[in-house]
Amino acid sequence: MGMTMSQKILAAHAGLDHVEAGQLIKAKLDMVLGNDVTTPVAVNEFRKAGFDKVFDKEKISLVMDHFTPNKDIKAAGQCKLCREFAGEQDILHYYDVGQMGIEHALLPEKGIIAAGELCIGADSHTCTYGALGAFSTGVGSTDMAAGMATGEAWFKVPSAIQFRLTGKLSPWVSGKDVILHIIGMIGVDGALYKSMEFTGPGVKNLTMDDRLCIANMAIEAGGKNGIFPVDEVTVEYMKDRVNREYKVYEADPDAEYDEVYDIDLSTIKSTVAFPHLPENTRTIDEVGDVPIDQVVIGSCTNGRLSDLEAAAAVFQGKKVAKGVRAIVIPATQDIYMKAMEMGLLRTFIEAGCIVSTPTCGPCLGGHMGILAEGERAVATTNRNFVGRMGHPNSEVYLASPAIAAASAIAGKISDVKDVL
Amino acid sequence: MNAHGKVHKYGDNVDTDVIIPARYLNTADHKELAAHCMEDIDKDFVNKVKPGDIMVARENFGCGSSREHAPIAIKESGIACVIAATFARIFYRNAINIGLPILECPEAAEKIQNGDEVDIDFDTGIIRNITRNETYKAQPFPEFIKDIMKSGGLLNSLKK
Repeated sequence: MGMTMSQKILAAHAGLDHVEAGQLIKAKLDMVLGNDVTTPVAVNEFRKAGFDKVFDKEKISLVMDHFTPNKDIKAAGQCKLCREFAGEQDILHYYDVGQMGIEHALLPEKGIIAAGELCIGADSHTCTYGALGAFSTGVGSTDMAAGMATGEAWFKVPSAIQFRLTGKLSPWVSGKDVILHIIGMIGVDGALYKSMEFTGPGVKNLTMDDRLCIANMAIEAGGKNGIFPVDEVTVEYMKDRVNREYKVYEADPDAEYDEVYDIDLSTIKSTVAFPHLPENTRTIDEVGDVPIDQVVIGSCTNGRLSDLEAAAAVFQGKKVAKGVRAIVIPATQDIYMKAMEMGLLRTFIEAGCIVSTPTCGPCLGGHMGILAEGERAVATTNRNFVGRMGHPNSEVYLASPAIAAASAIAGKISDVKDVL
Repeated sequence: MNAHGKVHKYGDNVDTDVIIPARYLNTADHKELAAHCMEDIDKDFVNKVKPGDIMVARENFGCGSSREHAPIAIKESGIACVIAATFARIFYRNAINIGLPILECPEAAEKIQNGDEVDIDFDTGIIRNITRNETYKAQPFPEFIKDIMKSGGLLNSLKK
């Protein structure tokens, strides 16, 4: 029986010709990632177990992005611990305030992950890099510590669900709407323990930013990883970023999938996930009257340049509604700079938005836009769990940057056509 | 190895944001994390829980963030075992890696009610509900995972 794309990457890194779903393997890692929340726990475990040297100082990335710039004294202490560990171990890819961005936007941008590579990260959205044709998955801090110490991790080889994409997205519809549509269809545990493999002629019509967004939220369907085939778009994206050899893997023609879904991209509408689960989706025409207090445009899901471009195109010449706070967070310094050069930041500020330095910030209720009791936000982030952005009785509605911008202008969840 | 205690029961999709809200992730101190365990879903949990108690939930327990702070907070609060119909995969790994016993058992997850007294034999996977006089059988761990648990967690198993 043939292997899926994910299985082929795992097999190659385990030194095996063939693996099967359910098999337990040990595999060599190309990259181990942590952030300012998960790394301190990993460093404590690493030291407690008596390790004193990381396996390869060039294959570890530490990104200070969650509570930075340090939101309080305790967060400052956590970053200090990471900074000292990075210094002591001479970690090559250590990114602190000034160089950092949101980890899952930063690593692909800097060419730290390439097609065919195997990456674990102590952050659930590590699955983002599947957009590049890599196998990458989120783990906890102890797995990160073991990965830093040995360069290996154990995996249970996943089975897969195939999503065959055809057609082309309509104007103002993006990768965010595709993945929200899929999560609405299969549920938050619809891909539990499984790979989500995206294939078909529609893939070529998705930009790299769309693919990164779709793979990013595989975890929101319970998926172990999300993965795209490598095509011209991928090669073009990696061209000036990745300066090492990489390998392209393809699923075998006779690979078996637990389920196959056919999705015509042209039929997907702008989609909003209602509280308190990403699976509670409604298309924009079914939303009804939902007044809002805050809008957040940013995060590892939707803080990339094309996301800011889409939002700015909606905000152009318009004003944020009275009583709404609109927060725009470019995901990396490079995106921030480009958005400035393109005049997007001016558009945001003239519209009445604020623009923040890169941070995960409000996405996980850390800082930079916490909700009070009873408040509602439309966010381009990835989770709308109870208390995710602040008070346990606040609400988060997940949407695309275009819908978030339109909602900020209207003061309630709105379609782009209602404000243009 | 056995566990015996009173059950704290929850529903589907208990996510790691309600197990330990991100506003408390500015520390890695186990006791501080445990002091806020389940706060956004069950404010009184930290006052009710006694060492050795059992947590039971339905589908997809521990979904969401990869924060290991979640199983750490549960373990440090005194919970001896989590039983669920299914677990989210990162939580499942994390629990094993830090030595928090967890069992997948859809029947137990359905039938056990809040406040029931339950006895668990980890070697056989037998769960006895003393309050309702019922017995359920959980999937035992594969050998590979048993080895990690026996060593007292993943890193200890690597040192050998």
